[in-house]
Amino acid sequence: MDALAAVTSRVRTLLPDHAVITDRARLRTYECDGLTHHRVVPGLVVLPETADQVAAVVAECARHQVPFVARGSGTGLSGGALPHAAGVLIVTSRLRRILAVRPEDERAVVEPGVINLDVSRAAAPYGYHYAPDPSSRQVCSIGGNLAENSGGAHCLKYGFTACHVLAADLVTPDGDLVTLGTEAPDAPGYDLLGTVIGAEGTLGVVTSVTVRLTRDPEAVTTLLAAFAGTDDAGAATSAIIAAGIVPAAVEMMDALAIEAAEAAVACGYPAGAGAVLIVELDGPAADVAAELSVVTRLCTDAGGFALRVAADDAERELIWKGRRSAFAAVGRISPDYIVQDGVIPRTALPEVLRAIATLSADSGVRVANVFHAGDGNLHPLVLFDAAVPGQEQRAEEVSGAILDLCVTHGGSITGEHGVGVDKARYLPRMFTDHDLDTMQLVRCAFDPAGIANPGKIFPTPRLCGEVPRKHHAATEPARDIF
Amino acid sequence: MRASFVARPADAAQVADVLRVAAAHDLAVVPRGNGTRLDWGLPPSRLDLILDLSALDRIVDHAAGDLVLVAEPGARIADVQRHLAAAGQRLAVDAPAPGATLGGTVATGHSGPSRLLAGPIKDQIIGISLVRPDGTPAISGGRVVKNVAGYDLARLMCGSYGTLAVFTRLIFRLRPLPAARAFITAPVLGPSLATPLIEAVATARLAPSAVELDLPAPPPDDAARSVACPQGAVVVLVEGSPGGVAGRASAVRELLQKTGAEEVHVRAESPPWWGALPQWDAKPQRDAKPRSAEPSADDDTLLRLTFVRSGLPEVLSTARDHGAALRGAAAAGVLTAALPHAAPDRVALALAALRTVCARYGGTAVVLNAPPEIRSAVDMWGPIPALDLMRRVKQQFDPSHRLSPGRFVGGL
Ligand SMILES: Cc1cc2nc3c(=O)[nH]c(=O)nc-3n(C[C@H](O)[C@H](O)[C@H](O)COP(=O)(O)OP(=O)(O)OC[C@H]3O[C@@H](n4cnc5c(N)ncnc54)[C@H](O)[C@@H]3O)c2cc1C
Repeated sequence: MDALAAVTSRVRTLLPDHAVITDRARLRTYECDGLTHHRVVPGLVVLPETADQVAAVVAECARHQVPFVARGSGTGLSGGALPHAAGVLIVTSRLRRILAVRPEDERAVVEPGVINLDVSRAAAPYGYHYAPDPSSRQVCSIGGNLAENSGGAHCLKYGFTACHVLAADLVTPDGDLVTLGTEAPDAPGYDLLGTVIGAEGTLGVVTSVTVRLTRDPEAVTTLLAAFAGTDDAGAATSAIIAAGIVPAAVEMMDALAIEAAEAAVACGYPAGAGAVLIVELDGPAADVAAELSVVTRLCTDAGGFALRVAADDAERELIWKGRRSAFAAVGRISPDYIVQDGVIPRTALPEVLRAIATLSADSGVRVANVFHAGDGNLHPLVLFDAAVPGQEQRAEEVSGAILDLCVTHGGSITGEHGVGVDKARYLPRMFTDHDLDTMQLVRCAFDPAGIANPGKIFPTPRLCGEVPRKHHAATEPARDIF
Repeated sequence: MRASFVARPADAAQVADVLRVAAAHDLAVVPRGNGTRLDWGLPPSRLDLILDLSALDRIVDHAAGDLVLVAEPGARIADVQRHLAAAGQRLAVDAPAPGATLGGTVATGHSGPSRLLAGPIKDQIIGISLVRPDGTPAISGGRVVKNVAGYDLARLMCGSYGTLAVFTRLIFRLRPLPAARAFITAPVLGPSLATPLIEAVATARLAPSAVELDLPAPPPDDAARSVACPQGAVVVLVEGSPGGVAGRASAVRELLQKTGAEEVHVRAESPPWWGALPQWDAKPQRDAKPRSAEPSADDDTLLRLTFVRSGLPEVLSTARDHGAALRGAAAAGVLTAALPHAAPDRVALALAALRTVCARYGGTAVVLNAPPEIRSAVDMWGPIPALDLMRRVKQQFDPSHRLSPGRFVGGL
């Protein structure tokens, strides 16, 4: 019997029948995440209902050295939840209980399959919310958010997932259930939770998450401003930041992205705009009012026109709808597209956008730009038609060249979508072998056998048994260091 | 403990050189910033070489337009803040003691008043350069605030007490200096008034930047306590535009008065103790002075207490019952307690009681610093979940246990 078959037969005795999927047709429904051009049919899918079941499944995987991959809602955009053909996919969709909502402590405790927006919904009656708000918040899971250290428009002011998770239960790759962090801040010991957040499921499976709830602001104002182009909108963004204002969000879309959003959701952005800026301010009412007048002036000074302040929640929702739907909306104007995710220092924005425009013009590949302008996180959408020979490859090339632009400008190859399988080969553009080796020391501590989501993040796995490099003092240059 | 060698490298390359030599000779190494908290944690079980990082004190780059600072660990927080203020910016990190350096504060993971709104120190770090105990240099993160490429080693290093690697460069996100700020102070005598004041401010939508509590130690015996309890304070900081701050400051004042505070002052300047550890402001700077074996009046036991907010009343009353002075980010659930020169058995009793109460509210009580006779009498760290995983991490980074050995949890 091969290892996977051995695990499968054991798992059948540990989990109820309906929680174990071996039927090929049903396995196929899990073959990819949001990055749909990478597909692998998993060897086995389990849908555990308790943390103990997760631990039992992982323990079997450990015993038989079978790889396992955690999956939340499968909305990841870097192939992080891409299954393993000879491995087990652990899906958290039945771990969806909200275990506690305690506004008096500003905490909620949830299972990993709980949908992001449902945490805020549960806290809303008390005047609290869960701050990290990825555009996919209606469908993505808290476990997936934790694994990707997901961001969202409001992370400019409030910080990303890592700033809002206090504790988590983790099934280690040995199958042990451990608690990392405490509900209170500043847990003593190494901040292992801080490393597990953003590790894309390579350090174990999270089975419970304690998050911070944030008090709802007294006032929220959303401003939509049109500009002739992204240069002007970028100048407005820099001016706002330089004025010492920290908006809750500053989002930008260029002409092509606006066209797509209009086609998809009729969000009513101003006609003739070469770029729009969405600026949201929140906080105590008097401060918001004061900041709004400054932001309005700065936008106008930078050439903004057709400025509009959302009169009510419905109008605010419409403004945001255009932005949130932007990725999917691009499907209206192009049969296929790549969602890129790169980061640059904010001041490099005009230069990098011009370089992207040049890349696009030179290659004939259209690029729509949507981004979190406040923190320099770009989401260029690279459009192509897979039916036309050569287009996909050219799009891939442009997409890769954009990442190079980010790196040469001192930025990052991913701001929130993760490395996954998609960008493992780009990681060496940011980090040396020593850097990647050092990160993998943590991997070796948690998962010496390399069975937790193997093949993700790191282009080359480190052999954990490796003897540390020998250093010979005699070969060091003789320097009077003591 | 005395070291045989002291090395004072001038840059990261020299740090790596020193560590390689130390590795070749199996020397136990303890890194040292400015020495303000060298005595925190347990004393190292072995020490051959002190790695004095005070020469790595440069501000490498301040990219004001990007709100990013690149600095070396030996830079003093106060100097860094002065530099940034000239550009209208600041780092949301508070110096817990005069002379405290960036590196030392990162290593001990200590966060001050600004943590309430801006988050703890680990949320401010976006990149790190480090050297492993075998001399291998490595980085993680970078110069941009949003970045999920690779593992985040900066968080792992934060609060690791220098037991995993030596930092040589730290990159922080910055914030604009507010145009206006107001400190609203309500004097309090003890927990009975402090608790409702803190809760009222924390739940109002006034977006305070900080809510700090300062309670001096009660007089030692019960009889004296009722007559002359030294005065403490709840201090709320609001920041923002001048108009907004003025409005919110009076809203906070009204709220505090409505909740029972008698005289409330609004000031533009912080109280002198702001951000300092309890009682340290009142004492001469200890700055790396070798600790004598004799207990002295200086020898307070410092504890860090953490709890979720509903635990505040019980934590305060338990700490006071054991004679502690308290200071810290009460609304965020983190306080530092000082037990003034108490005998080991009394400290042990206080610690046990506080551990029970803090644990009930999702937190912990750890000893940050104590005289030697107390260190040997109590469990400094208390129970640590996932200790086995922590051991494995240490084993990977420092297989021969030469970097600050024994200083951290579980003898790491
Ligand atoms: C339209 C659209 C918009 C998006 N917008 C944003 C955005 O604004 N910001 C942003 O950051 N992302 C965004 N994303 C990306 C994606 O939604 C996030 O990465 C999200 O956090 C993934 O959650 P998920 O539940 O779908 O996780 P999955 O895709 O199922 O998994 C993602 C990763 O998490 C791991 N994982 C899942 N659950 C666990 C667990 N319990 N324990 C350990 N590891 C686990 C998986 O192994 C995988 O590596 C968007 C995606 C789409 C499709």
